[in-house]
Amino acid sequence: MPTKTVAGVTVDVNDEGFFTDPSQWTEEMAPELAREEGIDSLTDPHWTVIRFMRKEQAEKGTGPTVRGLGKTSGVTVKELYQLFPKGPAKIAARVSGIPKPRGCI
Amino acid sequence: MNSQIGEQAATAGQPDPIEKVSVIISQGSLEGVYPGLIMANGARAEGIEANLFFTFFGLDVIHAKRHEHIKVASVGNPGMHMATWLGGVPGMSSVMTHMMQKQIAELDIPSIPEFVEMISDTGAGMYACKASVDLFKMEKSDLIDQVQDIITVGEFYDIAAGGHIIFT
Repeated sequence: MPTKTVAGVTVDVNDEGFFTDPSQWTEEMAPELAREEGIDSLTDPHWTVIRFMRKEQAEKGTGPTVRGLGKTSGVTVKELYQLFPKGPAKIAARVSGIPKPRGCI
Repeated sequence: MNSQIGEQAATAGQPDPIEKVSVIISQGSLEGVYPGLIMANGARAEGIEANLFFTFFGLDVIHAKRHEHIKVASVGNPGMHMATWLGGVPGMSSVMTHMMQKQIAELDIPSIPEFVEMISDTGAGMYACKASVDLFKMEKSDLIDQVQDIITVGEFYDIAAGGHIIFT
């Protein structure tokens, strides 16, 4: 299984670079993971999304899709794409250290 | 030449990711509309640039008064697994549409008007086909606000340049 080093810690990732074990993630890793995705600084709304992703993963075993995020995170779809232009659910999952959410909508 | 071959070999295992798509929606039935909307929305979710082009009966999807009333084709649709005469019973299309909308909602898939608004919010472009708008004697004011423009086929190709085209 591939690994990568984030904030000085070695973590397990899959071939696409998503964390395979969310418990290896810490908040200190988020800024570095975000920079890898071209997000220079994490704002409060970014953190709202990150914490929501973590919560959903912990409760349901999978992160939300963009539709789920838009409906329940308190951040609108429009804002989500401003925060994570390269795909909100996908990029937020990377930054939040959870597997890529699977869903068609 | 050699360097080109070398580059191809180096990237052979890793095809270029898709970066842009243009989805054409030409149908006006529920089953004809959803696939294109899902393709466009899914593209944006992957960070792929997406534009939608509505032509012919697909215009109903962006028609302010019609987009809430898009129905399943209950006649001439073998996928419904229903006798044609039964599909032709008055009101059958509405009944089948109602049933399918219920199932769609249970999967948390948005209704067509809501989906179109969401896709627009993702930053996808929405365009109406000029020939179809003229054919059906529509005006820009008949269309929902999310429609950026009514464009010709040539303008469509300009917008689609450099990406893949998906016809539905």
